[in-house]
Amino acid sequence: MITFALRRLLATVPTLLVVTLLVFGLVRLLPGDPARLMLGESANPQAIAELRTQMGLDRPIMVQYGAWLADVARFDLGRSLVDNASVSRIIGQKLPTTIELSVLSMLVALLLAVPAGTISAVQRGKPLDSAVTIFALTGISMPNFFLGILLIFFFSVQLRWVPASGYVSLMDDPVRNLSLMVLPAITIGVGLGAILTRYLRASLLETLSQDYVRTALAKGVPGLAVIARHALRNAMIPVITAFGLQLGTLLGGAIITEQIFSIPGFGRLLVDAVSTRDLPVIQGVVLVAAMAVFLVSFIVDLLYAAADPRITYT
Amino acid sequence: MDPSPIEQPEPARGRTLWARGVTRFFRNRLGLTGLVILLVFAALALLAPVIAPYGVAEVNFSRLRAPPSADHWLGTDELGRDTFTRVVYGARISLTVGLGSVFIALFAGSLLGMLAGFLGGWFDEVVMRVMDAMLSLPFLVLAIALAAILGPNLQNTILAIAIVSTPPFARLTRGQVLSEKERDYVQASAALGARWTRTLLRHILPNILSVIIVQASLATAIAVLAESALSFLGLGVQPPTPSWGSMLNTSRGYLATQPWMAFSPGIAIFLVVLALNLVGDGLRDAFDPRMRPR
Repeated sequence: MITFALRRLLATVPTLLVVTLLVFGLVRLLPGDPARLMLGESANPQAIAELRTQMGLDRPIMVQYGAWLADVARFDLGRSLVDNASVSRIIGQKLPTTIELSVLSMLVALLLAVPAGTISAVQRGKPLDSAVTIFALTGISMPNFFLGILLIFFFSVQLRWVPASGYVSLMDDPVRNLSLMVLPAITIGVGLGAILTRYLRASLLETLSQDYVRTALAKGVPGLAVIARHALRNAMIPVITAFGLQLGTLLGGAIITEQIFSIPGFGRLLVDAVSTRDLPVIQGVVLVAAMAVFLVSFIVDLLYAAADPRITYT
Repeated sequence: MDPSPIEQPEPARGRTLWARGVTRFFRNRLGLTGLVILLVFAALALLAPVIAPYGVAEVNFSRLRAPPSADHWLGTDELGRDTFTRVVYGARISLTVGLGSVFIALFAGSLLGMLAGFLGGWFDEVVMRVMDAMLSLPFLVLAIALAAILGPNLQNTILAIAIVSTPPFARLTRGQVLSEKERDYVQASAALGARWTRTLLRHILPNILSVIIVQASLATAIAVLAESALSFLGLGVQPPTPSWGSMLNTSRGYLATQPWMAFSPGIAIFLVVLALNLVGDGLRDAFDPRMRPR
């Protein structure tokens, strides 16, 4: 297992290096001078020249990349242009909020997808299956920023059940934190749940046609027990993989949702950095997001290999 | 008893795979519904100057944030501009960005994927490593970063979304080419002395085009959503050009008093994305039976 993990990790190194090259190139290689981009079109040439020297832009591009990569390896993502704070530290402060939002959103997605996908597969071709299919299509097509606004309108403005926006740390006031996080989590969770419902339905349909399910039913095991104990367990394996691969969707959803509900997380940090043209922060956020995707897909691979005995650790 | 349409044997002789695919698509009610919705929005976008009752930037300070009425079917916005007019013109932006970016991504991605799959070697390695790396960057995160660096306007929005939409086309096309490359007709073409470009464009491309088209329709749905998201965040098309995303963002400030301001652009985005997903699913079922959901 350890050899498998190491091999899998080594296999990601070339792609990981290309990711760093892309993130580096995002700011340095695209048209326009980064120093001018940071200071704005009206900045005076001397200030631009000083910033260029300060950022090392006068050195050869590969030297710049090497120096940047060495800094990244030490978790040094540079300093914010707005308040000179360490980008790693800023990201470290914002990440827990987004991780909490992501976990809650995943929970909402699973609470929707597991019953909906199961009902849809078991009731294949019947009205309930059609209803779930319509839910899944609606969930996939609904822009999360529109859903967020609708949720605020109904649950905060009309019914006044939960606050419309704001944030309190989970450590400071858990109850208030959850009441503020429920609408954002639903906003992201519905779309994710819709995608997973489709995966689960397809996976469960395949599992339900397997011999062991037929055998269990023939032996007189109640239908519900067969689904819960045998079919669903096996059907969930590819769904969990798909779940891990949706991290990008989750992060994209977090950017919009944090903006709508004024949550000071990782996504909001990116939008704020964009509005202040804080390129080191933009670069840092993109890099950390890519690393998160890599890490999750690596963990999912390991889990998949551990859960499915047909996969050999070679 | 009459056999259901699904059970009827398909007339295979004298009809191409394409013709059969098109027939199958037009039998799919959901796909057809999606196509009709899409055609309505396309007509609105094309005929906007004729259909729209007011000028797109026509300000009326005596009717600020007015509710829907006979004069203003969908109400007015914070500057008294007619919301129906702006929704109709907004369709132009959404469809232009959606179709424009996917067209570029389709062309670039398919070309890279075809060459990588067919030529193999170092070219394949380099292209696919770059595509894999791009795929590991979350779609919206990369689109926002690109839009921020390129600058917010229509062309750059199209370019940013096109860049992030390219890798799925490259990956899909490469896979298809790798599988087609081993088929007898490709071997025969090469044995007859055809140049590799001819084999690729005249023989392989027509056989993988249906899969690319299915991907294009689903990618357009994602592109329309991405455009709205960028405009919502102020990184897409800039005011006073009407964009559904920016209209929705403006409406947030008036949710307690004038909620209808949010409904029209939100429903418009939802309908177009739903229609594109329905068409995409319908095309997939019609042209690629292996991917047909059960």
